[in-house]
This record gives sequence, structure tokens and C-alpha cells, in this order.
Amino acid sequence: MDFPEEYKYTEDHEWVLVEEDVATIGITDFAQDQLGDIVFVELPEVGDTLEVGASFGVVESVKAVSDVYAPISGEVVEVNEALPDDPETLNNSPYEEGWMIKVKVADLSVVNELMDVAAYQEFTEKD
Amino acid sequence: MKKTPLNQIHRQSGARMVDFGGWDMPVQYSGVIAEHLAVRTTAGLFDVSHMGEIEVSGSHAMDFLQYATTNDVSTLSDGQVQYTALCYETGGVVDDLTLYRFASNRFLLCVNASNTDKDFSWLLSLQDGLEFDDLNIINRSDDYAQLALQGPVADDILGKLTAENLASLKFYRFIEGTVAGVNTIISRTGYTGEAGFELYCPAEDGPKLWSELMSIGQPLGLFPIGLGARDTLRLEKAYALYGHEITSEIMPIEARLAWITKLNKGPFIGRDAMLKAKEAGLSRKLIALTLTDSGVPREGYPVFCNGQDVGYVTSGTMSPSLKKGIALALVEKAIADGDQPLEIGIRKRHIPAERTSLPFV
Repeated sequence: MDFPEEYKYTEDHEWVLVEEDVATIGITDFAQDQLGDIVFVELPEVGDTLEVGASFGVVESVKAVSDVYAPISGEVVEVNEALPDDPETLNNSPYEEGWMIKVKVADLSVVNELMDVAAYQEFTEKD
Repeated sequence: MKKTPLNQIHRQSGARMVDFGGWDMPVQYSGVIAEHLAVRTTAGLFDVSHMGEIEVSGSHAMDFLQYATTNDVSTLSDGQVQYTALCYETGGVVDDLTLYRFASNRFLLCVNASNTDKDFSWLLSLQDGLEFDDLNIINRSDDYAQLALQGPVADDILGKLTAENLASLKFYRFIEGTVAGVNTIISRTGYTGEAGFELYCPAEDGPKLWSELMSIGQPLGLFPIGLGARDTLRLEKAYALYGHEITSEIMPIEARLAWITKLNKGPFIGRDAMLKAKEAGLSRKLIALTLTDSGVPREGYPVFCNGQDVGYVTSGTMSPSLKKGIALALVEKAIADGDQPLEIGIRKRHIPAERTSLPFV
């Protein structure tokens, strides 16, 4: 299973990549593997405000519905418009083409509280 | 957790296992969609050994089954299979099953895994109340492994491992023969809507039958299939699943199963309640819906008509063949028979859904 070094991770199996004050968010390889074939994605709209810990979207596989939770607070500045038409992109490329949203981060210090790759890897082995 | 004779094979092949009604079963091998499409285009092999088998024998077996089940047992000949149901006096369903006639005094009932104990007790309790002295009811579930070989090339695959004349075996008929040297009941039945067979063999021979079929079948496009695709395959064909389309609270005549409910055959359990309900006019009807916008309908989601809640989804999924959300829903009969637009409530949204003729695929 693949977990990029430079990303941060949450216990809900989202990843975060921060560049300046914008965080790109998606679900991890572990999450897509657990879900199986993803067939539906629901994303927020640009301009929506996210609260850390609140659901910002939904990912559905053939068998299950899963909420996706905001790892950080902030304003949605971009969403991956291609994703709802090709939900399987989340299975095929969870870290690249399968990114879900970009958020202007309100408080960058929160990012440091997320897990680094080593911590997340350990977490997935326990989960 | 209970395990089928094939448990080791599933685990070694890397299948994802789940607790399915107390059974440790494979939910998927390569992926639900790939497995689903394999069954529609080539072939799939399913371990369905968790299904229960109950033998009913004796000179009173036929009379007993005629009274216990909804379909007309008297129409069967030896070697014939019948889809039927056990009902309560209320008309609600105990279980749906396939009934195999070996002889006029020997039948085998193939029942849902999680209902096996309930069905067996139910049949014994019926026997207690009746004066049939030559009637034996035995739970043979542990004796059998059951494999389903389904798909357009299923005949080609099975033909390589048996000398039996498969071409002359008609739909819903079975023969007893050997497959790869294993004593097998070969039944031309299934739960996918494709050509194919359900194969019953002694439990200890299950792994051998599976392995022989896989190694002969793989070059022809045979894949192992988990319970995930078993569900999407049956739903595309609108086949009922116990606990969803039929329950102890739903009568077969409400769930498009009037064709297995022979109200004119004479007395059987549940008949009086169903005749009464029919006379009063049925209040609900099972219908098929296809979403016209993106979304995945799921069990329990509400169905709306002009903003009014008129029923609920009994089973729903994203159809791998159609790439659309499909659902079976139990709705008020007047609405079901009408043509007013319907919607399915998915979280906070109402998604338009079109009435669809059965099956979906």
C-alpha cells in the first residue's frame, strides 16, 4: 500500500497536502482499498466553509456509504469537478487525479497535529 | 463463526472475508464490479455452501410439503426443481427456497443460510401439529458443499468435467452424476439470471470440485465470485432476497411472487390470510425503479410522490451493467400502479426515479 512521504494523514483515512496556505484533501490508498469499487462521490461547493471534523462529502462503494470528514477548517477554493463523473479515479489514483477538494486553511498550526506517514502507517496496521 | 468446507481456499486466494449471518464468507476476490461483469460475459464460481439443505421424505412428504409451501408441489416430476416459499399463517414469509423432487417420497429443500435453523424448527413444529405418520424431516446442511457455476460459458466449463448430457438438462431440472469424479447433484438453476448450474456435493469433496472447476475454467474466463457481486447480479434480475423484498411482514403476493403462490391448489399455510388480503385489496406493491440522476439507492431509503412518503427501498445498488442506481421498492399500490413521478430520498436530496419493467438487465 502506498502512502506518500510529504502528505499528512487523519484517523478517518483522509490525506492532506499543504502548499502555502492551501490544503489539498483526499482519501488514502488504505481507504479506497477498504471501500472497494467506488461508484459515487458527493463534494461540497466552492465557497463552502468547512469545520474540522465535520462531514464535507460522501464516497459510496457498491456496498457502503462513507462520509468524508474535514481534517482542517477553512474555505473550499476548488473541487475536483471530474470526480463525480469518474468516481473510480479514487480507486485508481487516490493521491493524484483522485484529489477531492482544495481548502484555504484558516489555521496552519492544525496541520502539525495530523499524523505523518510513519504514524499513519502504524495506525492502519492496528485498524 | 461458521465456515464452509472452502474457507481455506478463500483465505489462501486473498478473498476479503466478512461475517455474513454468522458465516465467514468471501465478499469479494478481485472487486465487485469486475466479478459482476465476469459472470455476465464469461463465467463465475460461487461458494454457496452456507445455504441450508433440509430433506423431507416418507410417503407423506408430498402432502406435507403441499401444505407447508406456497407453490404447487403436485405439478413436479422426479428431477424437477421448484422455486417456492414457506409462509406463516399471517401470510408473511418464513423463507423462500428451491424444492428438489428426487422421488414422490423424497425431497430436498435448499434454504437461506441464516434461516436454516428457523426453517428446520418451523417444519418440525408443523409436523407436530399434523397426523402424518410416515414423514421424516432431516437437516442435512452439514452434509453438502454447494457451488454455483454461472455465466454464458458455464456449460462449456462443466462439460469438460462431466460425461452427463448437459444439453438435455432443462431449466429448473437436475440430475445426479459425477463431476471431476465427485458425486454431484447438477441443477440447472441459479441466482444471477445467466445460464449455469448449482452443484451439490458431499461437504468433504467441496474443495476438490472447486479446484477442478477453477483450473479447467480459468482459461475460459472463469473467476471466483464473492457475495458482493452475488447481490448486484440478483438485483439486476430483480430476484427477491429474504430479509429485503420478503420478510415475515411481507406477503409473497405483495412482492411479485404471486407466480409461486398457488392460492387455488388447496389449503396451505398462509393461504387464508392471503385470500383475505387479496379480497380487501392489497395495499402495497413491489416495483422496480431506476434513478435518472446520479446516486445510489440503498435499503430503507424513502420513496416520495409529490413530496409524500409513499414507501421504501427494499434493495438498491449501483448497477454494474447499467452504471445507474437501481432499486426495488415497496410502495403504496395506487401509487405503484399510477404514473405520477417518483423520487428516492438520498440523504437530503430527492432523486428522480423511473418505474422500470423487470428485470433491469
